[in-house]
Amino acid sequence: MSLSLPAPDASVLARRAQIVAALRAIVPGEGVIAGEREMRPYECDGLTAYRQLPMVVVLPDTAAQVSRVLKFCHEHGIKVVPRGAGTSLSGGALPLADGILLGMAKFNRIREIDFENRVAVVEPGVTNLAVTQAVEHAGFYYAPDPSSQIACTIGGNVAENSGGVHCLKYGLTTNNVLGCELVLIDGEIIRLGGKHLDAGGYDLLGVITGSEGLLGVVTEITVRILKKPERARAVLVGFASAENAGECVSKIIAAGIIPAGMEMMDRPAIHAVEQFVHAGYPLDVEALLIVEADGPQPEVDHLIGRISSIANSCAAVTCRISNSEEERLLFWAGRKAAFPAVGRISPDYYCMDGTIPRARLPQVLGRMRELSAEYGLGIANVFHAGDGNLHPLILYDANKPGELERAEKFGADILKLCVEVGGVLTGEHGVGVEKRDLMPVMFSEIDLAQQQRLKCAFDAKGLLNPGKVFPTLHRCAELGRMHVHAGRVPFPGIERF
Amino acid sequence: MTDAIKARDAKDVEQAVQWALAEGKTLELMGAGSKRAIGRPSQTDISLDLCGLSGISLYEPQELVLSAKAATPLAEIEALVASKGQQLAFEPMDCGPILGHSSGATLGGTLAANLSGPRRIKAGAARDHFLGFTAVSGRGESFKSGGRVVKNVTGYDLCKLMAGSWGTLAALTEVTIKILPAPETEETILLRGLAPERAVAAMTAAMASAADVSGAAHLPRGLTARIPVREIAGAADAVTALRLEGFAPSVAYRAHSLETLVKSFGESARAGPVVSRALWQAIRDAAPFASSGEGPQRPLWRISTVASRGAELAATVAKALDSEVLFDWSGGLLWLSVGGTDDAGAAVIGRAVAQIGGHATLMRASSGVRAAVAVFSAQDPVLGALTRRVKEGFDPKRVLNPGRMWAGV
Repeated sequence: MSLSLPAPDASVLARRAQIVAALRAIVPGEGVIAGEREMRPYECDGLTAYRQLPMVVVLPDTAAQVSRVLKFCHEHGIKVVPRGAGTSLSGGALPLADGILLGMAKFNRIREIDFENRVAVVEPGVTNLAVTQAVEHAGFYYAPDPSSQIACTIGGNVAENSGGVHCLKYGLTTNNVLGCELVLIDGEIIRLGGKHLDAGGYDLLGVITGSEGLLGVVTEITVRILKKPERARAVLVGFASAENAGECVSKIIAAGIIPAGMEMMDRPAIHAVEQFVHAGYPLDVEALLIVEADGPQPEVDHLIGRISSIANSCAAVTCRISNSEEERLLFWAGRKAAFPAVGRISPDYYCMDGTIPRARLPQVLGRMRELSAEYGLGIANVFHAGDGNLHPLILYDANKPGELERAEKFGADILKLCVEVGGVLTGEHGVGVEKRDLMPVMFSEIDLAQQQRLKCAFDAKGLLNPGKVFPTLHRCAELGRMHVHAGRVPFPGIERF
Repeated sequence: MTDAIKARDAKDVEQAVQWALAEGKTLELMGAGSKRAIGRPSQTDISLDLCGLSGISLYEPQELVLSAKAATPLAEIEALVASKGQQLAFEPMDCGPILGHSSGATLGGTLAANLSGPRRIKAGAARDHFLGFTAVSGRGESFKSGGRVVKNVTGYDLCKLMAGSWGTLAALTEVTIKILPAPETEETILLRGLAPERAVAAMTAAMASAADVSGAAHLPRGLTARIPVREIAGAADAVTALRLEGFAPSVAYRAHSLETLVKSFGESARAGPVVSRALWQAIRDAAPFASSGEGPQRPLWRISTVASRGAELAATVAKALDSEVLFDWSGGLLWLSVGGTDDAGAAVIGRAVAQIGGHATLMRASSGVRAAVAVFSAQDPVLGALTRRVKEGFDPKRVLNPGRMWAGV
């Protein structure tokens, strides 16, 4: 792989035995893993193309232990890579050879459910789905639903600001988190937010969310839970072109409707899915749209009626409305199985994650078809149509020499295209190591330096997850320097009064 | 009177900050000045008037997105999006009534203050609708963050940091926000005569139902008379209000089920769209505490706390101070005015908030009081130090609105 990570610090590696012993004094028993074979499961996350054994794995189970581990690392200049369930698709939890892999899996308790205030207080290692399971007996649920929700943890969701199929209507993780307990790299523990709304000072909780483990380690999270909608129905619509499907999406939103979910698939994705799941998807269409409405029954029926008439006005080839919960779930079964379905038609696939202004979809799809021909690699697209988040799946075979590299180049071209049309490099998977070197496509050096100055406020020594997100690491002292041009005559021409 | 510099564009803002850096001056960032009287009194050498940075640069209703220069009047934006049946879902308040002026807010100032109205409980805060910006840091450099799409995790989410930083980190020059469809209609269910504890219980029950309540407020007796809506003011009794918004068939259905749900709290009445809109605008703007423009006004606090304990917090304060309170956000937001104290009640309120959880902002007080007490909640030493380091990263020489939130920041 061409990826360059910070060069391992030989002086740290030379002290490995002492470091392991010191960590064992903080986290007793099985909480420190130093054997190569035992560390193997931690060598990669969901981005399996990149692998690296950590120096040592530590699995603390109290905030006090996390605090002492971080304090020790801070004092001794040791790098730390935090990890939740390891489902990151951008290599956010890729270990470092001279770094500690801080696994948060033992933080798996739900601490409090407060139905009066509609919040749950959970530890970061609790899975996304487990939050919903803990509150569903009372008719509540946790709204963000990334497709890895069975496995991914809330801590990882906070680190990545995860989205999901329903985030158009219900928001991303950042819109559903109210508070956290955060351990800073020097071992200090702070609390941000709580059961109340909004920050009292700078919104550091908002900054922590989506910070990819570079600012601190979260040891408790307060999330908002919502009453489960009474009912949900979906419409499955096929179109002869992506343009028609895009027009339909725009018209739905223009009608004042924010659907609970609005997903699109292109022809290759539809075919892969239908062979796998037999959801009854039409095979003679270029684009398939699933639009879901949720809420009280009269609202859902009203909206479904309006959505299907809009679909028909956009030259829908087929339009089916779910008439039972089974049928609704069947519509979704295909979409939810899109990734594994593509995995069946291709030895390997590379999942991308850009966001574009929705109206540019036909143009972006067209250009992707051209790129597909240029690179000689197939592509299938699934698309969160409501919010413009695109997941192209590039088909390749890792056993064929050069195909992985070609797939990565193809992927980079797609992300550059996303930025070119006014979008962004990543909608929900994070920058990690995967898109790190593409950051300059979207940000200037000044933009990136300013982001890193925020990092310096939290972690001046750059010990937390270095090598992720930023293409170039600068020392904080260098970033803090300022050149003031004294004596310059300011703003000739500006009116003063 | 402080000198002022008028900036015409982002380049001027850069130059002004660079000049201030070179000359060792400090700048007060000012849009329309509608929130100028909030925060610790300005200790700046010169005002940087940003009103020239005005104009909507992008509005795509079908993409739910709008970009504008930072000092674009909020009223201009609200009028434009309303013409397409859309709105700013976080329901930004107008500070004019409580501060006794009529200068409308700018979009940038609204975001920098992160002040959200009654719909906060359903639709999120200003910060949740803030997608991207360009700004000039206290280093005199223009930088950007975010984008024009809702789903974006590329780099740190600096929009969140800007929201609620009151211009102490950077001068916003252009901002992009999410716009949402306005509801087709609305209705409000009114309960009369409840004591605050009962009212909070009723609001809690409503919020925990599937009725999708988009506003839950309680006006104790004495406050209702100061709501400029005849149907409310006339009753001379406490009013608890629960708002439902959406498509007509849905609102009708939910109103019926909500009425059934709150039956145990007493008889309820319905207010149609016209009264409902007027009532929620009054709640949004804390109208019962409007400044009459004559003489010194009672200090006014805006307190965010744990919703189920809002009434308890108010009762704790009332034991020690002459106070009046309006409950919004299902009990989670208290507009609290106090009389007869030298410190605007800061000590009592600070203790009560620390005990129950949340934070308090002194939204109105004389500049002498605002100089003497914590206008924004005091921070513990570790968080305080982190806050100062964040400030340092954006504004190392403390050029921008220094001391507006806390001394030294």
